[in-house]
Parts: sequence; structure tokens; C-alpha cells
Amino acid sequence: MVLGGDEPTGSLVRPYAVTRGRTRPQLEIALEALVETTARGRSGQFLGGREQKVIVDLCGGRLQSLAEIAARMEVPLGVARVLVADMAADGLLAVHEPTGFDADGGDGSVGTELLERVLSGLRRL
Amino acid sequence: MNSPADTSRVTSAKIVIAGGFGVGKTTLVGSVSEITPLTTEAIMTSASEGVDDNNLVPDKATTTVAMDFGRITIDQDLILYLFGTPGQTRFWFMWDELVRGAIGAIVLVDTRRLADCFSVIDFFEHRKLPYLVAVNCFDGKQLHDLNDIRDALQISHDVPVMYTDARNRESTKQVLIKLVEYVLSMRRTRTVGVH
Repeated sequence: MVLGGDEPTGSLVRPYAVTRGRTRPQLEIALEALVETTARGRSGQFLGGREQKVIVDLCGGRLQSLAEIAARMEVPLGVARVLVADMAADGLLAVHEPTGFDADGGDGSVGTELLERVLSGLRRL
Repeated sequence: MNSPADTSRVTSAKIVIAGGFGVGKTTLVGSVSEITPLTTEAIMTSASEGVDDNNLVPDKATTTVAMDFGRITIDQDLILYLFGTPGQTRFWFMWDELVRGAIGAIVLVDTRRLADCFSVIDFFEHRKLPYLVAVNCFDGKQLHDLNDIRDALQISHDVPVMYTDARNRESTKQVLIKLVEYVLSMRRTRTVGVH
């Protein structure tokens, strides 16, 4: 059952087939974490399956979040997470986790600075 | 291309767009997003963690929930994502992930179906995620007084409540700005309180 969208779901028949049944990623990756193809990934010589080539191409231009990768590949989020985590472990992708607004303990200055950047960015829109 | 020193600063942030089914969440996301809103799907199987006790889905069911999201490039190193919540609030398993690390949330409200957002507001209050209430004016009609809406929702006086038109880019922009200003002001108050 799909809610809130009319997207084709043909790819969901056996969603974890491309991960050979694995549902647990090597690395927890946030929805909004940004993914970038590394020079090693760009070289193309270490790539495995078709999915890896698609991801390397997708993230070789501008940064893409995990959610964007999943959406553009039309695979569930969990599948994209397993694939990206494997490729990050192999040095094909770099994953930039979100900074977090409360993770910086102390005075929270990192989060505040980030929020101020978001605010001025929104005002410029 | 970026040098390694530059890319290490790359980061992202997200804002959650919540509200009842059909209230205009995807419309709001689409009004400011630089990409056509995308849909990502999450599957919950019996193996999933963090399943809420109240979950109505039987143990071994596989359920797919869809979320629409958009993207705003703030600057070269910072990208803001707007995530619409799944239309039905019973799929809480996805909400945990949505709110983790979020700046805050916009609760989009349709005054004809005010009760649709009660559980959403409860959830954000429980998780201590800052939120504001944006009343979507369909056809530009402001049918209710904002204070009446605040009373009906029983929310604290400091939570911003404002009108919006989810179709309008400038209106959505003002809502996002208001949320970030509110979160910043909460942080400053808290910091002052600590020292």
C-alpha cells in the first residue's frame, strides 16, 4: 500500500534484491545526509553492479542527499542506504552527515551559526 | 571542483512539513523548492526497529509510506531539505527519522479539519521539536481569528501562529523564515538562562 503519492511502485516487488537481501546498512546515514562521488568512485574501475554506476553518476555532479538518491533510483530508502553505505565503505562515495543543531553540546554556537546561515539564505530567496 | 578543505564543511539541514492528509504539504514544499518535489518511500517490515506500541500494522506486514520532499540550496556548502510527513500519522516509525536533527516543523492547518493536526502537535511537543502553526488559506479566505485557532489547538502563547497560502512562494518563504527566527530566539533564551 502506498500513501500520499501516485508514483509507480513496480520496483518494490522485491525491494532488497539489489542488496542481496541485506536490510541493515554498514553505516547509519541520515535522510538528508549529502553524498558525493569520490575520485576513486569517478575512476569507474572499482564499481560493482549497475546500481553503483547509477549512484556514482548521480552524485558526481551536484551533491545529492540519501533521500534524493532513493527517489531518483525509485528504490526504497532502506535499499539506497545499504547501497550507499557499502560504497562509502569502499571509498567510492563521501557521505557528509548533517551537523545537528543540538549535538554540539557546550554553548551550541555551531548550531546557532548554521541557523543564521539558513535564515539569511531564506531571506535571499 | 571543491578542494578537500571545502567539501569537509558541506552539510545539510531539514525542516519538517506536517499536517493532515490533503492540507497542502506538497504544494507548500513545491512552492519554494528548486526541484520538483520528489517522493521517497520507506518500507516497514517486521524487522524494522522503533515501531511504536500504538502501531496498528500487524506484526509481519510490509507497509510502504511515501514522503514528498524538496530542496533549497542555501549556499555552496549548505542545502536545506523540506520533508513532508506521510499523510497518515499512524506510521510513526518514519516520523522518528524525520524529526531527528531537524531545525523544526511547520504544522500546516486546514481550519475545516483542525482536529487532523492534534496528534501531530502532541508528537512535536513530546519530542521537544520547535514548531509553528501555519493556517492554509484556501482561496485567500481568512475564516478564523488566529487567537481562536490557538485556543482550539491549546498551544502555548509563544508558538507562532500565522496565515499562509501554500501555493505562494513568498508566503511559504515567510513561514520558513518565521520558523528559523523562532528557533533562534528559543536558543538565545535558553543560552541566557544557562549562564
